[in-house]
Amino acid sequence: MSDNDIVKRADFIFKNENDWEEVLTKSLARTPNELINELISSELKGRGGAGFPTGLKWKLTSELKSDDKFVICNADEGEPGTFKDREILSRVPFKVLTAIALCGYVIGAKQGFIYLRGEYFFLQQELKKAISEFEFFCKEIKYDFKINIFMGSGAYICGEETALFESMEGKRGEPRNKPPYPTAYGYQGKPTVINNVETLAHTFTIFKYGAKRFYDLGVQFSRGTKLFSVSGDTPKPGIYELELGMSLSDFVDDFGDDDTKAVQVGGASGFLVPRKKFSATSIGYEGKLVGISLPTGGSMMLFNSSRSMFNVLDNYLNFFAEESCGQCTPCRVGCQQLLKGIKAVKRGEKPASYLDKLLSLAETMQYTAKCGLGQSVANSFTSIVENFREEMIY
Amino acid sequence: MGKKVKITINGQPVEIDKGTSILDAAKQIGVIIPTLCYHKDLCVAGNCRVCIVEIAGQKRLAPACATPCEEGMDVLTNTHKVRNSRKHIIELLLSEHNADCTSCYKNGNCELQLLASEFKIMNQDFIHLVPFRNYTIDDYSPSIIKDDSKCIRCQRCVRTCAELQSVNALTMAHKGEYAQVTTFFEKSMNDVICTNCGQCVNHCPTGALVEKNYIEEVWAAISDKSKYVVIQTAPAVRVGLGEELGFDPGTRVTGKMVAALKRLGFDAVMDTDFTADLTIMEEGSELLSRLRKALAENDRTIKLPMATSCSPGWIKFIEHLYPEFLDHLSTCKSPQQMFGALVKTYYAKARKLDPERIVSVSVMPCTAKKFEAARPEMHDSGYRDVDYVLTTRELAIMIKQAGIDFTRLEEMHFDRLMGESTGAGVIFGSTGGVMEAALRTAYELVTGREVPFDKLNITPVRGTEGIREARVKIEKPKKEWAFLDGVELKCAVAHGLVNAKYIMDKVKAGKADYHFVEFMACPGGCLGGGGQPIPTNPDIRQRRAIAIYAEDEGMTLRKSHENPEIIKIYNDFLGHPLSEVSHHLLHTKYTPRRL
Repeated sequence: MSDNDIVKRADFIFKNENDWEEVLTKSLARTPNELINELISSELKGRGGAGFPTGLKWKLTSELKSDDKFVICNADEGEPGTFKDREILSRVPFKVLTAIALCGYVIGAKQGFIYLRGEYFFLQQELKKAISEFEFFCKEIKYDFKINIFMGSGAYICGEETALFESMEGKRGEPRNKPPYPTAYGYQGKPTVINNVETLAHTFTIFKYGAKRFYDLGVQFSRGTKLFSVSGDTPKPGIYELELGMSLSDFVDDFGDDDTKAVQVGGASGFLVPRKKFSATSIGYEGKLVGISLPTGGSMMLFNSSRSMFNVLDNYLNFFAEESCGQCTPCRVGCQQLLKGIKAVKRGEKPASYLDKLLSLAETMQYTAKCGLGQSVANSFTSIVENFREEMIY
Repeated sequence: MGKKVKITINGQPVEIDKGTSILDAAKQIGVIIPTLCYHKDLCVAGNCRVCIVEIAGQKRLAPACATPCEEGMDVLTNTHKVRNSRKHIIELLLSEHNADCTSCYKNGNCELQLLASEFKIMNQDFIHLVPFRNYTIDDYSPSIIKDDSKCIRCQRCVRTCAELQSVNALTMAHKGEYAQVTTFFEKSMNDVICTNCGQCVNHCPTGALVEKNYIEEVWAAISDKSKYVVIQTAPAVRVGLGEELGFDPGTRVTGKMVAALKRLGFDAVMDTDFTADLTIMEEGSELLSRLRKALAENDRTIKLPMATSCSPGWIKFIEHLYPEFLDHLSTCKSPQQMFGALVKTYYAKARKLDPERIVSVSVMPCTAKKFEAARPEMHDSGYRDVDYVLTTRELAIMIKQAGIDFTRLEEMHFDRLMGESTGAGVIFGSTGGVMEAALRTAYELVTGREVPFDKLNITPVRGTEGIREARVKIEKPKKEWAFLDGVELKCAVAHGLVNAKYIMDKVKAGKADYHFVEFMACPGGCLGGGGQPIPTNPDIRQRRAIAIYAEDEGMTLRKSHENPEIIKIYNDFLGHPLSEVSHHLLHTKYTPRRL
């Protein structure tokens, strides 16, 4: 830790994976229930952004009877501004593989998949090598488990878990209706645990050191550490493992360029926080008692005063209008309307009050879209338009 | 009985089977929730989000069609939040829809238009998205017109083509703002594997998919004094047409339909049921001749099961997907095309008309018939055998245009020579009907006795199951059919191409030991045809089927070979079934089509 670090660093994820064989063997000697309880008491929540309690997810799937169950590692890292999962997979792949295998042990699955983002094709060879080494070891210790890589094809929507299943089944990547949830009806209609790469890596930490070590980090409702992908107007872009619960003002003091105007927390589908709200905002999951707590898949984009928030929003909306799967009305048409709408206001073709209609539309999208993509467009749209309304108009 | 759950909808308690959708639960207590992408025939998609409702305690709204009832749910269908969101969604759909209603063929029968009207979307100030797209209308198919500017991406057509028909001519392509329903490589509907069955048209809520209509052409022919315009009416039309003209589904309007057609100015109004009876004579004889060759003479070149050939959607399906099995098809033309070939030969001769003057029109429950009539081989009369094919819907439009108060028409009879039919001809309009009609005649030809079923009703082949099987044991046949003694005739019926595919895969695998299989492209058979009134759904099909069988049972003649006009045409013109004249006019060949 250097002197000008304000936010406390942690070093679990990328540290030493040489002992994965030992972690695997020791954990396999415990009962599935013990492992589940370890996860539950660690209060680990999904690191992809949605924050579902990981222990509960494993527990629900483990309780179901089925001939086939699956573990899927979601490595379709597509959120703009997020680039942590590829680092995990290239630097500590065995932690993830171990976690996949242990999840298989806990829920009773014989097969795991890594759904690898199409653009991460370059990771495939090394990962395959790691998998064969891993499977070789599993054979040696007589643990029957297979891991396959499934290459995505580049659609953002396929990071949504049910669209991901559809994609793996050879179909068009469109989200399914929920319920049923993946724990009961996932890949090929079988009970499936699907976890983000980072979540799995954290379970490795928890199985290795015990739940307490993890739980003691972070704050209430937001335990443990998290990887952050820091980008934008910052002198030190990169990936950092930080404790959850930090205040955004500390973060900006640490990573900002002294001219930070706003931070986009959670990528294009996240929230924009303007300077005046930095100190009232902390980073973690919902449930904090005081102030605003923002969840994130780890993307932190800093913008300084040279940036036009109109351009930022325009960029996000272009992304969503293109990456919406096009299945449900609010997302497919809503994204286009928001995008064309802010342009029309900017050009004076629509009155400034049209922004209010768009805000109301964004709210409808949040209530009615079929999946997280459409539901979360309102996050960035609303937070940018409400905080930088003049920039949208003039 | 499954487990029951208790929920409340708008404060009203409902007890309902666990797993029932909120939509169905609401329906039970008279709460109507608007829908758009939902269709009784299809899997639940939950795409359009029009049916969203509020569940107390949940921030997000839930699609009523796709949300199963859970114990204790408190559902609200008409809150400010629901109304506001629903209006937004309808407005969004209108913004991507070419809502030029007054020039739309579906004006007045469009589900989106109805929603817009119900919810009074008056200030549509979202930006209109249609002008941003380069839409072209695909009207190359003789049956179907596809206009993407009117598509609202509900995917009903996609699900129809996949789930009911297993054809997959239509599918979703691209994503986001470019997401669209399209064909293989975005080719014209005319250039892809499409059976023209029109089920997509029947299931489309808007005007994005409509039949190619020939209304103006037919009006022009009627007005042309030098032309003699003959019309034939398919069996299923008489149990569907009423729905468009003020009657409840399942009302038989045969006599009124004839009267209306006469008022429209057709010179002769005759019945496809007549050629349905003729089909039975030819196809039944063909079946018996195949059986003789296969069973008595051990001729290995004879293909069994023999498949029916009345449904042009099915014909194009097998030509595309099972071209190596075309020899299984009966060589009989469909009743429409038999009629067409005869009207410009037999009828023209009998009525001393120059066939060149005759315009032959048909009204069919079917869009594939439009393609069939345009097939190059369908010119055996020396002219195009059927000039124009109208759907049930188009006929209803013409009747309205002519200012005819259909409900008040006096019933009339079909014209002579090719207007008489039997109950056997009528039931051609239902799945299982061709089989039943064929069995009634074939069994009697072989044994000299009526089929051993109560009141001639061969109930095993009736019903709504996708595939039905029946076995009829032949006992004490006439001397010339001695080889059939004790033979159990194995029959099957399949409707909806997804079921046809199932049978054909069995045939392909050598696992189908049937002698005779009836195939109909559309669910329910012709009565659920792509050209029938919209909506068509399981309940409406059921009612039309009841009407068809009632029509059959109400007729004095119920076996094709007893039709006096059939006896007459064989005496005066054709000679006997499978005669040379028959072969020339009533039978055809099939074309293997590329995949």
